[in-house]
Amino acid sequence: MIDKIVPSVETALAGIADGATVMIGGFGGAGQPAELIDALIEQGARDLVVVNNNAGNGETGLAALLKTGRVRKIICSFPRQADSQIFDGLYRAGKIELELVPQGNLAERIRAAGAGIGAFFTPTGYGTPLADGKETRNIDGRMQVLEYPIHADVALIKAERGDRWGNLTYRMTARNFGPIMAAAAKLTIASVHEIVPLGEMDPEAVVTPGLYVQRVVKVPR
Amino acid sequence: MKKLDRNQMAARVARDIPEGAVVNLGIGLPTLVANHLPKGREVLLHSENGVLGMGPAPAAGQEDWDLINAGKQAVTLLPGGSFFHHADSFAMMRGGHLDFCVLGAFQVSVKGDLANWHTGAPDAIPAVGGAMDLAIGAKKTFVMMEHLTKGGESKIVPACTYPLTGVGCVSRIYTDLATIDITPQGLRVVDMVEGLSLEELVRLSGVPMQQA
Repeated sequence: MIDKIVPSVETALAGIADGATVMIGGFGGAGQPAELIDALIEQGARDLVVVNNNAGNGETGLAALLKTGRVRKIICSFPRQADSQIFDGLYRAGKIELELVPQGNLAERIRAAGAGIGAFFTPTGYGTPLADGKETRNIDGRMQVLEYPIHADVALIKAERGDRWGNLTYRMTARNFGPIMAAAAKLTIASVHEIVPLGEMDPEAVVTPGLYVQRVVKVPR
Repeated sequence: MKKLDRNQMAARVARDIPEGAVVNLGIGLPTLVANHLPKGREVLLHSENGVLGMGPAPAAGQEDWDLINAGKQAVTLLPGGSFFHHADSFAMMRGGHLDFCVLGAFQVSVKGDLANWHTGAPDAIPAVGGAMDLAIGAKKTFVMMEHLTKGGESKIVPACTYPLTGVGCVSRIYTDLATIDITPQGLRVVDMVEGLSLEELVRLSGVPMQQA
């Protein structure tokens, strides 16, 4: 019997190696898997590369993970915010590497990894400092920039409902990066607020089919 | 001459958003445009974080923090609205499916180059978000900004001195002084605030412009 449901966040986070690339879902707080991030802090893996849209808000969640000093590099589109003081301090002190990526390139590079695409050309960023040193090509009269996929060892994502096959649905804009990160990582760990029996989810409405997901853990709402 | 205030600028932009348009409003000043769309005019608002058919802010106490906009403010969903993941959301921009985006700017060049994400200051922490995708992806990119910096310098420039967001992507500029089209033949002034002459506008801007 296939059963991806694990009993606790500790079990869910077991085995993450030092040096891993970890994708973390969420756009600001919406869709941020706070319980899984806390469990990653407990788990203790270091020298991590983190992929997220932002670089942490306030003192909790991703910001708390950064504060431990265990993140070597962050790949994101919008690190600087009113309450990104933890990241700001690390960055100014030279204690974290930043790869700044236009948000659409971030999403498409993650999608490309999950879809087995070797690289793609896009007009986004052409002529800007974020395309410095990258290969460009005129395609159909428009200058475009070569971009490579972002693969991950682990994805931590927040969903709404899950079943034992790993099928997931999300809630409103908390969906954001969840489905594409699930496909781009070797090990996808999803927190859900509700576990339902197999067959109860409307198959027409499943957003992330279970094959993208390895572990599902229920967390309180 | 009286400059437009922020709401008057937003109302001016809103006049040019037609029934049925799909629009992305940038963070800050452009967000105000939504408040000035006439009631009854159906306009689909897109937000980069995966929502189409965004409605107004909820009443105080009714916020649902799973339903936010790009500025991470609580919003609502109109009947007919939809949610989708981030790659789909940016495919809507990058694939040319949005009719208009309205963005703020530090500088716009006479050729329509946009600089709006980074001042280039060595100690500044850069953040780009979805600006580069929006700027080059929407069918028409509008900029909404004050005409002059606090120091009185024109934000419409011969060439941007700040790092670029996109090359040749801006089609129209709305400022607190004028509405200006960027055309292959140069800048064309669509309208100006009352009491401002073309000569004075050109003098303040420091770049050539003609009446449209």
